[in-house]
Amino acid sequence: MRVNFTVNGRPQEADDVWEGESLLYVLRERLGLPGSKNACEQGECGSCTVRLDGVPVCACLVAAGQAEGREVVTVEGLAGRSGAAEGELSVVQRAFVDAGAVQCGFCTPGLLVAADDLLERVPQPSDADIREALSGNLCRCTGYEKILDAVRLAAARTGEAG
Amino acid sequence: MDFLRPADWEEALAAKAAHPSAVPIAGGTDVMVEINFDHRRPEYLLDLNRVGELHEWQTDGPDVRLGAAVPYTRILDHLRPELPGLALAAHTVGSPQIRNRGSVGGNLGAASPAGDSHPALLAAGADVEVQSVRGTRLIPVEEFYTGVKRNALAPDELIRAVRIRRATGPQQFSKVGTRNAMVIAVCAFGIALHPENRTVRTGIGSAAPTPVRARVAEEFLAAALEEGGLWESGAAVPPSVAAHFAELAAGACNPIDDVRGSAAYRRRAVAVMARRTLGWVWDAYRHDQGRGARCA
Repeated sequence: MRVNFTVNGRPQEADDVWEGESLLYVLRERLGLPGSKNACEQGECGSCTVRLDGVPVCACLVAAGQAEGREVVTVEGLAGRSGAAEGELSVVQRAFVDAGAVQCGFCTPGLLVAADDLLERVPQPSDADIREALSGNLCRCTGYEKILDAVRLAAARTGEAG
Repeated sequence: MDFLRPADWEEALAAKAAHPSAVPIAGGTDVMVEINFDHRRPEYLLDLNRVGELHEWQTDGPDVRLGAAVPYTRILDHLRPELPGLALAAHTVGSPQIRNRGSVGGNLGAASPAGDSHPALLAAGADVEVQSVRGTRLIPVEEFYTGVKRNALAPDELIRAVRIRRATGPQQFSKVGTRNAMVIAVCAFGIALHPENRTVRTGIGSAAPTPVRARVAEEFLAAALEEGGLWESGAAVPPSVAAHFAELAAGACNPIDDVRGSAAYRRRAVAVMARRTLGWVWDAYRHDQGRGARCA
């Protein structure tokens, strides 16, 4: 089947999609957007987190056909959405780099999308807010402390800028 | 595989009647896992995301009519006062990403004994509203679960909504797992006080082939509260009563040994959760009583 939807602000069309295929597979294998990672395929790890009509979801658990006519934002779209200049990172992405929150990097895209959503909803989150918002994203390298630092840093920088 | 995309509820019922083998998919948090792992290859997927009614709820009656596909996040954000037990249970479901997609209708459709909403539904009291082109049935939630991952739906029926009694007293939910987020219950317990008719209802998850009420425990506790005049006095529940309630709750279990826990552990854990949650709801009830008296 054919699926039409918007990805990172651009209309996209995917052809020959198998009916049981996930949104994640379509993004990675048909649209050339490998930022969202494929790991557990059962909603446990959060590596494939994208926003579907603004809501963070596991792309591996959305049937491709369910994305028809809807808006998806992936990690590839974060910088563009934030108004960063071409080739620049968004505030959250910059903070992850600066805080050393990236080690192997596999969980990073999902964490970025989840953190970006949190800061949009709650610009000055408490530590409890951050832990809750990131509780669906597993990281096996960092022990999470630097990821928490990164979100705090992004919040502080956003606050200063505002 | 065919992907059926009804635009509204009428079309969804017609599609299910035409293709009774169709597997309904809303949030996909169960169905997509089965497809991703090749555990299931349905002939038809029936996508319910475009059926608006399923994502709405009404609170204007004695029951909350909760559309089958209302995500857990919405319950947490909007229905906590009416459905406190279900909101607590909803908060333990998966992760934010899962709560944004998963729904009570999905929990009922999957009918896993470990589904987090079941103990809360059993404790609050609820009817499952199922529909087909033939008409509507209201099935008491106790009768909806018929076996491990089996429910009372006929092949042409879909879950339209769940009608859940609005809380009239404190409710609690407790769940045992290896961590806070993204954990399938080892076992779970829900309790609701119904001061208007001086009853207590319970629900046990993941400790029997289906979610169950601990009816003997409920009846014992209601009698003990009545006999002691505790509803009026708001006095503490005697430890011996709480201990016997816990024992009877464990007795309602029929658990198995599996990878998540042993049968003996589950029985023990249900007893502990029963005693603790009783303490929590009764404290809340006493607190409310005290406040009522002061206000009067």
